[in-house]
Amino acid sequence: MAAVDIALPRGNRALTPISPPKRRLSWQTWGVILIAPYVLVFLVFVLYPVSYGLWLARHPQSYVTLFDDPVFFRTVVNTIVFLLVAVNLKFALALFLSGFFVHERAWIRWLSVIFIIPWAVPAIPTIFSIRFMLNPEWGLINSVWFRLTGLDGPNWLNDPVLGLSMAMVVHIWKALPFWTLILIAGRLAIPRELYEASSVDGATSWQKFKYVTWPSIRTLYLTSTILSMIWTLGDFNSVYLLTGGGPADLTHVLATLGIRYIRLDQVDQAMATIVVALPFVLPLVYFMMKRLSANE
Amino acid sequence: MNKLLREAKLWLIAIPILLWTLLPIYHIFLFSISTKDSAFSGALWPQHPTLRNFGTVFRQEHFYLHHFWEQIWNSLWIALGAGVITLFIATCAAFAISRLKVRGGRTVMNAALFTYFIPAAFLAVPMYKAMGSYGLLNSRWSLVLAMVTLAAPYAIWVLKQASDKLPWELDEAARIDGATPLQLFRLVYLPLMMPSLVAIGTYALLLAWNEYLYAFLLLSHENTIPLAVGLGHFLASDDSPWELLMATALIYALPPAAIYYAFRRYMVGGLTVGAVKG
Repeated sequence: MAAVDIALPRGNRALTPISPPKRRLSWQTWGVILIAPYVLVFLVFVLYPVSYGLWLARHPQSYVTLFDDPVFFRTVVNTIVFLLVAVNLKFALALFLSGFFVHERAWIRWLSVIFIIPWAVPAIPTIFSIRFMLNPEWGLINSVWFRLTGLDGPNWLNDPVLGLSMAMVVHIWKALPFWTLILIAGRLAIPRELYEASSVDGATSWQKFKYVTWPSIRTLYLTSTILSMIWTLGDFNSVYLLTGGGPADLTHVLATLGIRYIRLDQVDQAMATIVVALPFVLPLVYFMMKRLSANE
Repeated sequence: MNKLLREAKLWLIAIPILLWTLLPIYHIFLFSISTKDSAFSGALWPQHPTLRNFGTVFRQEHFYLHHFWEQIWNSLWIALGAGVITLFIATCAAFAISRLKVRGGRTVMNAALFTYFIPAAFLAVPMYKAMGSYGLLNSRWSLVLAMVTLAAPYAIWVLKQASDKLPWELDEAARIDGATPLQLFRLVYLPLMMPSLVAIGTYALLLAWNEYLYAFLLLSHENTIPLAVGLGHFLASDDSPWELLMATALIYALPPAAIYYAFRRYMVGGLTVGAVKG
């Protein structure tokens, strides 16, 4: 009996390398076959387009023309303002709201289901809806404002500063639920005992936040902010569908400017716009990839 | 008393959240049941609510709506195509990287992650150019393939994370029993991965249905554009029929919202946390 018991595993181990090279090869071969479709997609729809695009952007003249375009400078300023203000405001709100949503009440759970709607529905219907709400003559906002105060409201989307601000509002409206969810998950992962212990010690809620909550979710918060910055840089819808880059091309961001050049059939220019943004984007991408690889 | 005060404070936060979230949604609904005059008067509720707008949309009785059903069909075709192809490609890749430990798998994973982190609007420009040189512009396939390119990296990442968690003993047992990699894939891997697969399929489907930028860049022919681009056409003139636009937009937004809520359990568990964990 004992001999069998001992022999079995050894027997199995002996079985496996009957034809070791062939067997290992066939598992590796299957691996190559199964990964091939994605590699093909990557080569054909990422690597080739990106290389081709960079090749198109090789002329110094494109950059001269780009920097001479008065729209470009304004766009860079808009993009920086958009990133700094919209992303940070969004995360401050998300941090605050995640603290609200972790309260254990049935009605707060229901509210969180409603709260996620902006993230769950497509962008066009809601952005168009907000666009008409901001219409100076017929829109809901100015109508209500007029009924309350008897005064005409501002011409929201015809003013570059207000227009860009509203684009940021739209962006926040759409993306806030997602980041709030992430931060809720972060807060829920904090052990309850920490809060109970600090309650016993008589900590105020500000102290609990400062010494328990924030140290626990700080990394998550910073990683999320950086990821959100990259994605916000690619947010085409919030600006294009609301203001179309107008009035007079004063509310463009880099994402919409690139597409504008395509529509004008100036593809070299469009690529140059993107290349100019790369020194800023690539470090962020590098940071995120490091983060995710370290996580494995 | 103290407890009452705390509840009141919660409600004080809840009411602005509710208003902020629902106002644009309510506004769509309001327009879709209003006549044009009523919609443009800034009323908070129409005097005579009507469903006539939906009738107009379904019978395609307006210049902007002549291809309504065709556009819905295109949206559906593109979303299903992108969903199925992404699911297939990503599942195979995740299995090869995570379970078969294919050589170079790490490099492929990094390439995928890199794609995931490029802002979508930036990739759109070279993608448009490349689709042109492949002769795919104005074919629905161009949008399907573009959406697969955008959805696959995240899909692979999530599926790889999920499959790394499966116990190795299963693979070893299967190998010892002489199973081929395909048998392992079909009989062991797929059943265990089902919840993540549902989440990823839904993710890719919704991404493709909701996409606007790539759709309007790659497709411009009347017979190939999805509903998203059709909606964008409404703004071609200043005097647009906003009540019809909103009725159409409501029809467009309902299916993805319904699907999202139906699979919310999977979406929250399978997707959101994995996005930025760290």
